[in-house]
Amino acid sequence: MQLARVIGTVVATVKNDSLKSRKLLIVQSLNKDLAPQGKPLVAIDAAGAGVGELVFWCRGKEASFPFKREDTPTDWTIVGIIDSDKHVCCE
Amino acid sequence: MIIARIVGTVVASQKDPRLEGKKLLIVRPVNLDGSDTSGYVVAVDTVGAGFHERVLVVAGSSARLAQNMKDTPVDAAIVGVIDTVDIMSPESGV
Repeated sequence: MQLARVIGTVVATVKNDSLKSRKLLIVQSLNKDLAPQGKPLVAIDAAGAGVGELVFWCRGKEASFPFKREDTPTDWTIVGIIDSDKHVCCE
Repeated sequence: MIIARIVGTVVASQKDPRLEGKKLLIVRPVNLDGSDTSGYVVAVDTVGAGFHERVLVVAGSSARLAQNMKDTPVDAAIVGVIDTVDIMSPESGV
């Protein structure tokens, strides 16, 4: 799992039926200092996150586990919302 | 998932039987501002996307999880056609 910031939203009316009613967000990965790292990607939201929030997300096959795991085509999913920037402590 | 633009088609008569009837498209990943990145990917279309449209592409083993893609030998699938992308302005905190 990685730290990330939600920076935007995506609207897609025509999509695979297995993604129906899933919220799509644009997410930027962050390093331990909360500085952007790598390119932003599109993720499905499993935690109820909104734009601007600090979150953590998981990738790969595990990304589909919060939903129907054999039916949800996602490679990135937001799985938690971090309470605030101050709640990230790293030496 | 990545955002990509459809730039071409692929025709393959000889292919794995599980890929029969599936449309293969060449997509190019794009940045959030719409500019092209390097590289191309051949992806299976599951939504009926058209030339030049911006689409959502899911990669890796998750591509198989899309509807009608069970047990197909695929690692990239087009799962949505993008209508709009909204990005938070940098001044507001990112």
